[in-house]
Amino acid sequence: MGEFALGQPVSRFEDPRLLRGGGRYVDDMVLPNMAYGHVVRSPHAHARILKIDVSRARAAPGVVAVLTGEDWAKSGFGDLPTAGGKKRRDGGKMYRPKFPALTSDKVRYVGDPVVFVVADTAARAQDAAELVEIDYEPLPAVTDSIRAAEAGAPLVHEDCENNICFVHLEGDKAKTDAAIAAARHVVRRKFRLSRVYAATMETRGSIGDYDRAADRYTCYTTLQRALNFREELSATLHVPESKLRVVAGDIGGSFGMKSGVFNEVGMVLLASKTLSRPVKWTASRSEAFLADAHGRDNHTEAELALDERGKFTALRVRSVNNVGAYTQPGSDSGSYSNLGTLAGVYTTPAVHVDVTGCYTNTNIMRPFRGNGRPEAAFVIERLVDIAADELGVDPAELRRRNMISPDAMPFQTGLSFNYDCGEFEKVLDGALEMVDYKGFEARRAAARERGKLRGIGISYTIEKAAGPGFEGAEVRFDRTGSITLVAGSVTQGQGHETVFKQIVSDRLGIHPDEIHYLQGDTDQVFLGEGTGGSRTSALGGSAVFSATEKVVAKARRIAAHMLQVEEVDYAEGVFTSPKTNRSLTMREVARSAMSPKNLPQGMEIGLNANAVFHASRQNYPNGCHIIEVEIDPETGVTSIERYVVTDDVGVVMNPKLLKGQIVGGIAQGVGQMVMEEIRFDDQSGQILTGSFMDYAMPHAELFPHIDIKAMPTPTKTNLLGVKGAGEAGCVGALPAMANAMVDALSHLGVKDIVMPATPERVWRMIEEAKRAPA
Amino acid sequence: MLYDVKMTVNGAAVAGQVEARTLLAQFIREHLRLTGTHVGCDTTQCGCCVVHVDGVAVKSCTMLAVQAVGRSITTIEGLAAADGTLHPMQEAFREHHGLQCGFCTPGMVMMAVDIARRKPGADEKTVRHELEGNICRCTGYQGIVEAILDGSAKINAARINSAEA
Amino acid sequence: MHNFDYHRAASLADAAAKLKGAEDGKLLAGGMTLLPTLKNRLAQPSDLIDLADLGDMRGVSIEGDEVVIRAMTPHFAVATSLEVAAAIPALAALAGNIGDPAVRHRGTIGGSVANSDPAADYPAAVLGLDATVVTNERSIRGDDYFLGLFETALRPGEIITSVRFKKPKRAHYLKFRHPASGYAVVGVMVAQFAAGTRVAVTGAGPCAFRVKAMEEALDRSFTPAAVADIAVPHADLMGDIHCSAEYRAHLVKVYARRAVEALTA
Repeated sequence: MGEFALGQPVSRFEDPRLLRGGGRYVDDMVLPNMAYGHVVRSPHAHARILKIDVSRARAAPGVVAVLTGEDWAKSGFGDLPTAGGKKRRDGGKMYRPKFPALTSDKVRYVGDPVVFVVADTAARAQDAAELVEIDYEPLPAVTDSIRAAEAGAPLVHEDCENNICFVHLEGDKAKTDAAIAAARHVVRRKFRLSRVYAATMETRGSIGDYDRAADRYTCYTTLQRALNFREELSATLHVPESKLRVVAGDIGGSFGMKSGVFNEVGMVLLASKTLSRPVKWTASRSEAFLADAHGRDNHTEAELALDERGKFTALRVRSVNNVGAYTQPGSDSGSYSNLGTLAGVYTTPAVHVDVTGCYTNTNIMRPFRGNGRPEAAFVIERLVDIAADELGVDPAELRRRNMISPDAMPFQTGLSFNYDCGEFEKVLDGALEMVDYKGFEARRAAARERGKLRGIGISYTIEKAAGPGFEGAEVRFDRTGSITLVAGSVTQGQGHETVFKQIVSDRLGIHPDEIHYLQGDTDQVFLGEGTGGSRTSALGGSAVFSATEKVVAKARRIAAHMLQVEEVDYAEGVFTSPKTNRSLTMREVARSAMSPKNLPQGMEIGLNANAVFHASRQNYPNGCHIIEVEIDPETGVTSIERYVVTDDVGVVMNPKLLKGQIVGGIAQGVGQMVMEEIRFDDQSGQILTGSFMDYAMPHAELFPHIDIKAMPTPTKTNLLGVKGAGEAGCVGALPAMANAMVDALSHLGVKDIVMPATPERVWRMIEEAKRAPA
Repeated sequence: MLYDVKMTVNGAAVAGQVEARTLLAQFIREHLRLTGTHVGCDTTQCGCCVVHVDGVAVKSCTMLAVQAVGRSITTIEGLAAADGTLHPMQEAFREHHGLQCGFCTPGMVMMAVDIARRKPGADEKTVRHELEGNICRCTGYQGIVEAILDGSAKINAARINSAEA
Repeated sequence: MHNFDYHRAASLADAAAKLKGAEDGKLLAGGMTLLPTLKNRLAQPSDLIDLADLGDMRGVSIEGDEVVIRAMTPHFAVATSLEVAAAIPALAALAGNIGDPAVRHRGTIGGSVANSDPAADYPAAVLGLDATVVTNERSIRGDDYFLGLFETALRPGEIITSVRFKKPKRAHYLKFRHPASGYAVVGVMVAQFAAGTRVAVTGAGPCAFRVKAMEEALDRSFTPAAVADIAVPHADLMGDIHCSAEYRAHLVKVYARRAVEALTA
């Protein structure tokens, strides 16, 4: 089955269905007698609830239920699970506020859910929601993390001192402080990592379906990790997992955002239990801006120390991160779990990071593509460029001078990352060659002739992927020899079905058309953590591979028994032996395995296998992005003229899908750098970017054709030699874009750039630089 | 009050009763249960809901069902040939990895077919510009643009061939 | 969306009568602004009167030195009209860049001009091309039509039937798109007539306006240099988180000069 073998640019098996309009997203589902819910949300960023009157809403046409926090409290369901495990600076436990599905005493962000109105149609639920009357006593609000930590700031949770959720420290402080104090040269900068929003094209939605007779809850929803979701839901509802079924259909993108059990999941389940009928909730886009989790959002101060030869001697980073109004398990992980990326591909011996997480009157946060990686990559890769500028060294040369050489592997960085492999200089050179780095100054000069400011920016970033963690997979042959493949992973568009079928087809010789792929249903999937953190190819792929290995091992024994030989050879789905001219296909063996007469004494009937792959170590995808931009100095408009990437994501399973992941990530990284930002009004805490009319989404016109070249160094941390690819594009794009824009403007005296670098901001920087004394 | 609506959808006469405020997208999804047409925003910007009304691309979230009375609608479900063969544009999207999560895809493909009709021979820059009303969050657009260029070339080559024949 | 009653007008007179008879009626043309407004529950009309069946309200014609676009003509039809392209290419180009292709298939000139969204493109053409807005009751000079934010000279019950644009010697329209909405942050129409040059701006202010100082300068010398240093006061302009009033004022200057450059290149 070479056609579908790993490494081939196989077109996706899920596509024909999706291209025909046959996707089954949660909002496409209609269950008999289903009712529809609408959430009444807080219009205030911070307010005490004085009175809730739902009598008029309850009497409105079509309304079947109106639920408040009081109903929730009476139901026996609990609060949503919250993040834990961190400490505060004094060593005390992190502050963990209660996270109610419906709040009844105080609202803490614009969009905080207060009442759930259920009616026979969605429109009538929304009509009735307008009749809910809530008296609020508005309170001062704080939306910025630094302001939240200042003395006298409004307290999001009254008993949480200075709004501080946790403090996370990493690295060797004494060594780092000493190295910086002794350094020949130190570059210092403050960075603002903006707040952005996944803006998946499918908004979130859920259907709750409680079966009273069986006393069992089914939840159809948007998620990333079905079994983890069920576990958290079980903790929320105080119901054993065996009474819960969680089902994900097609997921219209997630990027981390849909990975939690949100308030509305509880609401539809409580409403369904109350009414004994299914209840659906689907966010409108405007609602999604108020109700979804946001990502990133920190203020960082960083220092990079260099010796006289330009070698990095230490890196010190302090950041104050926004954790939103509440936390959920993992919702704050972007603040601490990927800081390792700060160490970069460099030999920097001493690194220390100090992160403070603060509550604010804003939406909860969740991982968003990269989850701390792009933030960290931005800081180190900007610092390297700033250092290059201050020392008058070429930025590519400064990187080269500090890169970890392949001979030094495995390499323990000054932070948590311990690299197993990587050929950074080779990958850097590959990108420099692709972009014709040497010829750049001529292109810059030509652009000047046209009145444009051309700049070039490099980033070389590395991140952790896949782990440590585990994933499950199951291969089930049926009686005719076709296969059901069950995965613990859940695709939100990455193409798991294709890659997994490639593995199974290639190993077992069954055509992909005869393999049915199943995921995301907790009644079907036996084990697995789900999808996230660029882990599926490595962990899910290895699990599928292991399951096929088990199938092959058993099938060998059956085939040998049937061919009456000691041992058989196996290749491309066919069992043979030099001792007989007979052969058996995998399909024949699978069919035969259903009858005990074909099996060795004592062997179990059937040809099925499940497998769990556990990686004790993560892998480290890395790569180089080089961007050339041109800025129109009169308008500040930036156009991307060239974009090249050389990437080491290990063994490439499907080059077509890999490119898709990288380019998709780049679009989100560039989007954050030049246009996207969630903004709140400082005083009122109102969201200022509450629809696509104000939140600027990247369109096709923003990008040139992006050239990507894979330069793999296989890893031994998993069975397939692959490294994660889902987040890499986004990680490299942010700093490369910033570096290119600063380079275009540096001759004017511009030293730094804020995100998003909108045309107006760029124009103002140019104007200010012109006015500044030379 | 409810209004009687009759129109042609994917070649078949359909009828229903709707409120005045029922959007064409809602009528297609909820009444006809053709759920390939998606709704991704409420400000007429994302293009997930694009269908063809009398042969031209229209955002079905910004048209009332009552406005579509008597019109002929094609949705993503009506694009493939009767025997199930994918439309050349659908095939091109698959070939060029023009979709990931698939949510923007139906609207994207319907717009792509419209672009191929209006702008035969369009270059990459033009195609990118023509996608100003369609948002994709997964692909970074590269696969989509490649698919439209290729699909468009194939559609227009077939058109020329059939005109010559 | 709140619910409402829906009517289809059988004739212009019928539309006027239905509008008069409704408690708070609104005309529905292409619906490209009205329907999103209703979807977000920002307006609650009692009745919508759909003009879609008024076939004689659709189409383009050349009458003397005027291009007449009837009110229900969609932007796409204007953009692709050979007559318009021959008579006033800038007008065809403007129509071909409104919104996006799907919006252009539905959105109409009558709807756009009646609504007077500050960020719409057509108002720049109405002012810049010395147009006349024709209604079922009278003709209104373009210069007298735009009064303020979403405010026009239209009286209650008045229905736009066509817009008549004067053919200039030459004209050019340039716009800067809003990074999120795609609407005009600044759109500048520079049109030279025998009687003088017009510089009309949309997007930047509460409604479209002319820049007299630029017009006078161009009448003296139709060169890019003539307008390069004419500042537009930004005190009365609009601003948002993406583009401040000051930036918009700056863009007006740059785009006016670039439009002249395009015309004199």
